[in-house]
Order: sequence, then C-alpha cells, then structure tokens
Amino acid sequence: MADADETSKQAERNTNVGDGIAVKKQDIARAKNEGKELTKDEKQRLRKEKKQQKKNKKDDKGESEHENVPLPPSQAVVQCQSQKAPSVAPSLALTPVSVCTSEKPAKSKAEQRAERRARQEADRAAKGKKGESAQQPPSGKSKAPPNELQPVVKRLPEHVQVDDPAAVRKLAKKLERQQIPVRSEYGYKVSLFSHLHQYSRKAPLTQQISIPSTVIHPYIVRLGLQYSQGIVAGSNARSIALLHAFQKVIQDYKTPPNEELSRDLVNKLKPYISYLNQCRPLSASMGNAIKYVKKEISNIPCLCKEEEAKKQLLSCIDNYIKEKITLAATTISAYAIEKISNGDVILVYGCSSLVNHILCDAFDKKRKFSVIVVDSRPRLEGREALRRLVKKGICCTYVLISAVSYILPEVSKVFLGAHALLANGYVMSRVGTSQIALVAKAYNVPVLVCCETYKFCERVQTDSFVSNELDDPDDLMVTRKGKIHLENWQDIRQLGLLNLVYDVTPPDFVDLVITDLGMIPCTSVPVVLRVKNVDQ
Amino acid sequence: MPVTDKEVALSERIEAFLAELKRGGSGAGTLRGSGETARETTALLRRITGQAQWSSAGDLMEIIRKEGRRMMATQPSETTVGNMVRRVLKIIREEYARLRGSSEVTDQQESLHQLLTSGGLSEENFGQHFKDLRANVIEAINELLTELEATTDHIAMQALEHIHSNEVIMTIGRSRTVEAFLKDAALKRKFHVIVAECAPFCQGHEMATSLSEAGIETTVIADAAIFAVMSRVNKVIIGTQTVLANGGLRAVNGTHTLALAARHHSTPLIVCAPMFKLSPQFHNEEDTFHKFVSPHEVLPFTEGEILSKVNVYCPVFDYVPPELITLFISNIGGNAPSYTYRLMSELYHPEDHEL
Repeated sequence: MADADETSKQAERNTNVGDGIAVKKQDIARAKNEGKELTKDEKQRLRKEKKQQKKNKKDDKGESEHENVPLPPSQAVVQCQSQKAPSVAPSLALTPVSVCTSEKPAKSKAEQRAERRARQEADRAAKGKKGESAQQPPSGKSKAPPNELQPVVKRLPEHVQVDDPAAVRKLAKKLERQQIPVRSEYGYKVSLFSHLHQYSRKAPLTQQISIPSTVIHPYIVRLGLQYSQGIVAGSNARSIALLHAFQKVIQDYKTPPNEELSRDLVNKLKPYISYLNQCRPLSASMGNAIKYVKKEISNIPCLCKEEEAKKQLLSCIDNYIKEKITLAATTISAYAIEKISNGDVILVYGCSSLVNHILCDAFDKKRKFSVIVVDSRPRLEGREALRRLVKKGICCTYVLISAVSYILPEVSKVFLGAHALLANGYVMSRVGTSQIALVAKAYNVPVLVCCETYKFCERVQTDSFVSNELDDPDDLMVTRKGKIHLENWQDIRQLGLLNLVYDVTPPDFVDLVITDLGMIPCTSVPVVLRVKNVDQ
Repeated sequence: MPVTDKEVALSERIEAFLAELKRGGSGAGTLRGSGETARETTALLRRITGQAQWSSAGDLMEIIRKEGRRMMATQPSETTVGNMVRRVLKIIREEYARLRGSSEVTDQQESLHQLLTSGGLSEENFGQHFKDLRANVIEAINELLTELEATTDHIAMQALEHIHSNEVIMTIGRSRTVEAFLKDAALKRKFHVIVAECAPFCQGHEMATSLSEAGIETTVIADAAIFAVMSRVNKVIIGTQTVLANGGLRAVNGTHTLALAARHHSTPLIVCAPMFKLSPQFHNEEDTFHKFVSPHEVLPFTEGEILSKVNVYCPVFDYVPPELITLFISNIGGNAPSYTYRLMSELYHPEDHEL
C-alpha cells in the first residue's frame, strides 16, 4: 500500500518539486507504515503540498477562483469574496489582495484606494507580465498592523444577494462542490425584496437528495427538514436542536488517516451548515453557536487522542447550552420578576420561550397578574403560548394584532422576546413586534425586551428590508365563507404576496432590555459585545 | 286616524327595510356598503314624505324623527342611516323657511349674538301649513339622491391631483371608495399599492385581487408587517366607516396602528370619505362606539380545550384621532380635519344632532 501511495504521489508531483521533498515523503510513508501518527510538521507539509498542487491545477485551467493561500494553520481559513474583482486575472497576483481583504476589517479610504491601485497594477501585470511588482504593495499591506479595535470580518452573507447573478453562481458552485442540491425559488417576489430567497414549504430540500445521503449525516438531514417545515421554530429551540445534532455528528465522527481532527471536523461541518442554510436561513443565535463550536474544535491540541477530543467537545457543547440558554433563562427570569407587580396586566406577542418561562416562574412565585396574548396571521404562534399559559393556570386574554389599539389602554407592561439584538441597538424579532412597541409607546406603556446575550449580533441594520427572511407566500391564503380569494394569485401577474418573518424595532421604542448580564438599555448592546470579545 | 292601504303598505316597506338593516350589518344582505344604505334610507324617507299623513312641517319632522329613531336602534353601528335622517330634516327646515319667506341666511347663521339676544331659535314650531311643501321636499330629496349616486365618481375624479407616478400607496381592508379612487388614477399613472389584509375578515384580499385585475401592481401583506414596510410607503389612503364630529374616524380595526406608523414615518394619511359619512357624534368611551362580532373568527372552536378559560375579543372598529389625519377627500373636495365642524353645520341643524 505504501508503494501505491508513493507512486501516486509522484505522479501528481510537479516538475519543480525537488528531491528533498521526495525524501521527506518517504519518511512520511515509513512513519505511516510503522503505525505511528504523523507529526505536526509532516502533516503541515502534506497540507501545503496538496494546496500547491491544487493551485497549480487551477493555474493550468486559468480560472480566477480564489484560493486558500498557504497560511500558518493557526489562522482561520477564510474564503474571500471580492465582488469587484476583475474577471480575468492571474490568481497568484490576486490571492495576496484577497488575503488583505479578509484581514482588513475597517477599511479606511486610503486602504481602499491602495487596494484599487493594487488591483489595477495586477491587471497591468497580467498584460505586461510584471507579476512580481504587483505582489509587492499588497504583501506590504498585509504586514500592516490591524486596528486597535477588534477586527471583524465584514462579509456580505449570501442570503441577501439573490439578485446578484454572480453571487448566485458562486453559491451554486460551492453547493455543487459540497454535493448539496440548490433549492429553487417559488412564486413572484415583490420587487422590494428581490434580493432575498423565497421558498415553498411544499418543496423541501430533501426531495432532491437521496436518502440515505452519503454526504450529510442523517441527523442533520432530519434537522433540516424540521427547520424547513416549521416543526422546530423559535431561535432557542433551533439553536439547541442544532447543538444536539452537532453532538451526534461528533460522536459518530472518525478521523480519517493523515488528517487532524481539529481541521478535518471543521471541514466536515461546512457542508452540513450549507445544507441547513438552504433549508432555512440560519438565525443569529445559530450563527453564534456555530462560531463557538468551530472555535472549540480548532482549539483542540493536536496531540490529543481522538476519544478525549470528542469527549471534550461534547462537554463543551453541553456547557454552552447549559450556560447560555438554560442558566441565562433562570437569571433573566429572576431579574424580570422584580418588574412584575401584583395586579399587572402584561401583554405578550407571539410565542417566545423566554417570555413564557418568565411568566410561568412569576406565577409559581405567587405573583397575581393577568396576561394578554397578541397573535398575528399567518403563523398564529400566539396560540401555542396561550395553551402553555392556560395550562399553568394563568388568566389570559387573546386578541389579534389589529385589535391592539383597542386593548392597550388596559395594559400595564409589554414583554417582548427577541430573535437577535443588533449592534446599533435595534431589536430584530418576529414581524409585528415593532408595531406593538410603536402602539405601546403611543399609549405610554413600558416595553421590556428579554434576550440572552448569546443572541447579540455584530450586524447593524436600520430597516426590515435589507436582511430578512421571506416565508412561503401561500400561507397568506385563507378560506372565508368557503371561498379562497387569493387562490389564483400566481395567475395574476400584478399580484404579489409578502410574508415577512422578521422586523427591526428602533431602540427608542424599547425601554429596557433584560439579559443575563443585567438590565441594560438598548443602546448598551455594543458595550456587551465588546466585553464579550475581550473575554474571548 | 283611519289606517289606509297606503299606510299599511308604507309600514310594510319600513319593516322590510329594518329587517334588511339588521341582517345587512354583517354584509350578508343586499345592503352591502354604506353607500347603498344611504340611498335606501333616503328613498324610504322620500316615500314616507310622499305617502304618510301630515299637515305641517312639524308633523312631518315628528314622523321622520320617530322612524329615524327606530332605524338607528336596529343597527346602531350603521351611522349613515342617522345621517340621512338628519339631512332630510334639514331639507324640511330649509324648504319651510323658504316658503315662509324668511331668508335662509339668517336661519343658518346662528351666531352667538343671535343665540343670546333672541333666546334661541327653538321657538319656531313649524306649524304653518303650506300646499307646496310636500312637492318641494320631495324634489329636494331627489336632488339629495342624485348627489348620493355621484359621490364615488366625484371622489375618484380627484385622484390624479393626489397620486403621482411611481408612488407606493398603502391601504387597509376593503373600501369601495378607495378602490374607485385608485382605479381612476391607474388609468393615467403607474404606481404600486400595498394592501394590509386586515384580519380576521381579510377583506384586503378581495381589494387586492380587484386592484390587480385592473392592472395595478399590488402586494398583500399581513397586518403584522404594517410598520415594517411603512418606511417605503409614500402615502396612506384609507376609507372609513364614519367621520366623527371632531374630525376623527371610526374605521376598521388596525387603522389606528396604520395611522401611528404613518405618523412615525411622516407619511401623509389621506381619508377618502363621502359627505354622507359625516356624523355629528363624538368619540366616547362608552359601549356605543365599539362593535364586537363572534370571537370564533379569532380563536376557532377547534381550540376547544382552552376556549372556556380564555377571554377573546374581536372588535370591528378603531378610533383614529384627528391629529393623525392629514386630509379628507370628499365629494365636495379636499378638507383638513379641523374644518369638519364647519361642514357639519352646513349639513345638519344643531337641533337634530340628538334625534
């Protein structure tokens, strides 16, 4: 087997690989023969060679795809997206520029100008064959010191670029590489939202993959289906389900030979994440959870045995769930109970697991209050909250969101849940939340938002258009008096149905945010984020 | 007074009308919109004027007041009935005054000075008999009917003054007046309409299908998304059930939220309401303002387990204060909400505000 390996490796080698490397390869082959694990250096060298071969192959094809530049393994490998990249250029000259784009967080004007200059020079180099000089200024830039503030990789997520054909093609290529089918769009999209995906619930992604799937772990397939059909909904539920699925994946994982667990497992998770993203766009809490898991995996020391590593990862994930979700809920509930007094009439909207938990806790602690549950079409999630509260024994009233201005004069407090808290203080939550906050403000009723810190997000957003999720438009249809008015909406060219999932609430409508770190105003979110980053 | 055949026939007609009113409240009967209600009421009042036994204007007014009270009691939320009764009473007063020879101007101009010096105009008892009164009143009511039939067209004619091209207009629920308004503008201009569906009756769906079949780009949104999309809206154009005496509205539920969202984004709120919807009532907190329908529209009986332990409300109307409204467009032109009191004094006599 060692001979076969050797010969195959020699066949792949380019002419410019010298004898020294051949000797090292023989060492590696011998080490494998003796059943010992490869040392870190050898693994690194192997990796570098594979990448070199890939790059040379791409050079031959003359494509302009961006490559993973051989960096020291401690730096995370980031796939760069440079939308302004010229269509035809030697990849070698471009890759240092793309490295810079990934390393440079807050681009100042001078840096942007320099980048543009570098790209122009690269172009000229392609024509005048002066590749060397083009690489000098970008590589000089890459050694520039990063900003004092924490560098954040600002990369436009794919799911808000549906109207850009280049981005769509890129995604299709990526999914093809990972062997995941692309989900097709459904229905006429309102022009204001042509940059977002719109899928139909009747066409789940699982119809296009073979079951059992060889590429995707069966737990992840099931999870994706649960997401797309709405069986698992709510950001806490989705995150916990995701982390449990990851635990199963880690349990079933076996490190392939010649690979390190810390790098290979991360690569294994990438197609799963793409698949889940196709089923339903990831929420902010899920994004943070994935970042945490990836960080934990890449921090596994390479000398660690596989069994130990897996045990450590599983316990890390358990701790994350316990700390960030379960214990956070208890803390938030303890803070929130101070704000609930006897005789209160509390208004809640939709079904937030955290708010339900707070109300049940307060009821257990013998506070006397009544609840008004506000609900909205088409999801009608408030009914689930209503069932839970009534089961507990709390006195409830139920209205639809259009009756909110009728019922608000009786309300003393409004408790809202959040899907994410953005860095500029805006609250991203289920569509309709901002409306309730608006009307509450008009009637001078205090609005309290309850949110765990793991949902805090570094994005900023000012309106509900640029980044949102479009749900199945058929959900808006309703049967009244035996007739569905919108039955043939697809046939009418001028008619569009819009089923938004999220909206953003401006911070001036929110009076208080209750988190596990305490009760803070909406505008203190970036402070918390900064403190968290410094801790990590 | 001996009961004649005519009177029997008349009272039958009145009973039939009352039955229609009672049923028509939910939109199931023939009286579908307030326009039709207004026309039917006026036609019935004309018939009463023509066929009932009366000798002087005072008698006629008494008869009409009595019938009017009965009609309003049948369906209190249908204010157009009361409005038409008051219009007819004003017509009777005017015709009587003209026949008597006193100028109409002094009668109308009930200035504060006159009120204080003359001790009130209620001394007029309308007892004199005039031969031509019946004919004149019927003629005036015919003019009123013509006016009623043309209200929607007059409002729609003003559409091009208010809608420019490439606008995004938002509306809620279903209003025939707004529908005609937008369709008229769509003949010459291209714009986009967003319709909030107005749960639980979802009349917005009908409106959207009707508008899109007329060639207007329409989008249907859920009620919960009103604030979310408001930042892209240039104008909000709505209809209403009633215009109150202070310039406020009694409109379909969800309108107050829409008005607040429009005010937050400084978007103008335009109300298309014909004059027969103007009512001398004020908004008050008592039971007469709100109307509730069966809560099974909100929480259906399939949720049986929790139904007995939960209070469910399904209000039909919303109050919108006049500060949130930018403009009223009616068949006599555009007005600001602060001008409403003046319009009211032209249409109704203050004595008739309380029937």
